[in-house]
Amino acid sequence: MTMRLERAHNHTWRKIKSAMASGIAFVSALLVITPLGLVFFHLLINGAGSVNWDFFTKLPGPVGAVGGGMVNAIVGSLELLALAGAIGIPVGVLGGVYLAEYGSARINSVLRFLADVLNGVPSITWGMVVYGLVVLRFKGFSAYAGGLALALIMIPLILRTTEEVILLVPNGYREAALALGVSRWKTIVHIVMKTASKGIITGILLALARVGGETAPLLFTAFGNRFWNHSLSQPIAALPLQIFTYAISPYDDWHRQAWAGALVLVTGVFCVNVLVRILTRGRGASVV
Amino acid sequence: MEATTPAIAPGEPLSAAATMTRPSRFGDKAFEWLTLAMALTVVVLIILIGWQLWNGSAIAIKKFGFHFLVTSTWDPVADQFGALPFIYGTLVSSLIALLIAVPLSIATAAYLTELAPLWIRQPLVSLIEMLAAIPSVILGLWGIFVMIPWLRDYPFPWLKRLFGWTPFFSGPIYGPSMFAGGIIIAVMILPIITSVSREILRSVPDLQREAAYGLGATRWEATRIAVLSYAKKGLFGAVILGLGRALGETMAVTMVIGNTPQIAASLFKPGYTLASVLANEFTEATTDIYLQALFEIGLVLLGMTILVNLLAQALLRTIATTSATRAVQ
Repeated sequence: MTMRLERAHNHTWRKIKSAMASGIAFVSALLVITPLGLVFFHLLINGAGSVNWDFFTKLPGPVGAVGGGMVNAIVGSLELLALAGAIGIPVGVLGGVYLAEYGSARINSVLRFLADVLNGVPSITWGMVVYGLVVLRFKGFSAYAGGLALALIMIPLILRTTEEVILLVPNGYREAALALGVSRWKTIVHIVMKTASKGIITGILLALARVGGETAPLLFTAFGNRFWNHSLSQPIAALPLQIFTYAISPYDDWHRQAWAGALVLVTGVFCVNVLVRILTRGRGASVV
Repeated sequence: MEATTPAIAPGEPLSAAATMTRPSRFGDKAFEWLTLAMALTVVVLIILIGWQLWNGSAIAIKKFGFHFLVTSTWDPVADQFGALPFIYGTLVSSLIALLIAVPLSIATAAYLTELAPLWIRQPLVSLIEMLAAIPSVILGLWGIFVMIPWLRDYPFPWLKRLFGWTPFFSGPIYGPSMFAGGIIIAVMILPIITSVSREILRSVPDLQREAAYGLGATRWEATRIAVLSYAKKGLFGAVILGLGRALGETMAVTMVIGNTPQIAASLFKPGYTLASVLANEFTEATTDIYLQALFEIGLVLLGMTILVNLLAQALLRTIATTSATRAVQ
């Protein structure tokens, strides 16, 4: 009798403990996403007022002056992304194809491992590498250097995601194409990569969104520019760089513009992420 | 196989049948070599990064030797360069970040895989992915104008009242500080530790959970005994991976840590990290030896992050294989 009572009591206590643990875990999860909500909230209240026509159409004003915009930084960021993509996308995608389709298990595991190591390298070190490689050699900061630094960050990212999605393509697709006499490389390009294209594009978009917000590797490669960039061998402005410069400046108007720039940048990054989500949602149904 | 297949794709000219039996493999070879060359860029990049940093700091390494790592003076004007304040700052800020982020991330991961109602899981995962997508410079901006004033007005004085008797929370409160740096790094590494931990917990075989529930365990007991302790090693790997990110975190830290090369016990005092000294001083390096010293800082940072990442990968790899083999058994 007492034993049964004890057991019942014990059981309630254990249930309470379980509920408490769930509660703590829930609060932890809330705390993890709190910064997201706070950052968003403050971006909106501090930045929304300064995102106006001038912001998208005007160059930065003279130092300390009120007004002006960031049009050169927005265009500069897009130019840098185009340069980075021109180098990083083909190298990353084709490298990923090799890992998924060719190579021995041994070599591939080494390459995969190296790509993972590269993904863990702090982004600022890429800036230093490109500084030594390009800036010192050609005696000047340039859009090329900035684009290259971003491309080097993209390569291992895209390589790994491409490999993963290509491995998801069922072998039957390859066998069917090969059995019809299609050559191996055409099978890979027209059948395998086409089947995995949504996943590959997803990986590319995520990599672009990631490097689009990078500041550290641009500090001593692209360097920033308060005016239009007329040649890719000249320093170029970038939105994250401009936000950084304005944020640590002593001027209130620049702080306002930094918030506005941050709001624009975050909106861009999140749009890409939403696009990716839409793409991956469709993947389950139409592909593989 | 191909030779015995009689089928020819409709519309293909008959000559295709000839190439089918004896196909010209030029296109195949070319494509394979092309993709191989692209895959080998990862090797090139590893060599490049090591060579550039080594090359860029060769004179400094020769001049300062091992003392560089243990000297605490950083005075570019007097040509005195010691990395100790930056190494200290990097380690302490990362440690603070881990102390904050690890319990929160692992509890969140457990919530997402074991405890939460099903409908809440996917939205939460999406939100955490969005947090990971916020660029570092934007968190830094938020840190300067929102987090630091708040910390200075509320939690810091409160911590000082409670723990002011310890050296860690004593002295004047500035705002930009080692503690603020640690908090912002914690925010940056929360998503990665959470998502890797979640993957680890998801890879725990269901048999584990079923066995625990079969013995009458409550939800929390099953999570603790059958899932968390089973995945201990992998979770440790996730934490170390987070540490790797924390060490290299640059922009947000640079904006809130105060950027003063000093070694102070008080977490309210400004500090400096390896990554932030690079961000701040690289373009200002006027003399060759200054630039060399900064390259050596970069080399130290690279060495630390690579070592930590190797450890993380080793841990994550073993858990993956053991859980796989155990699942097979």
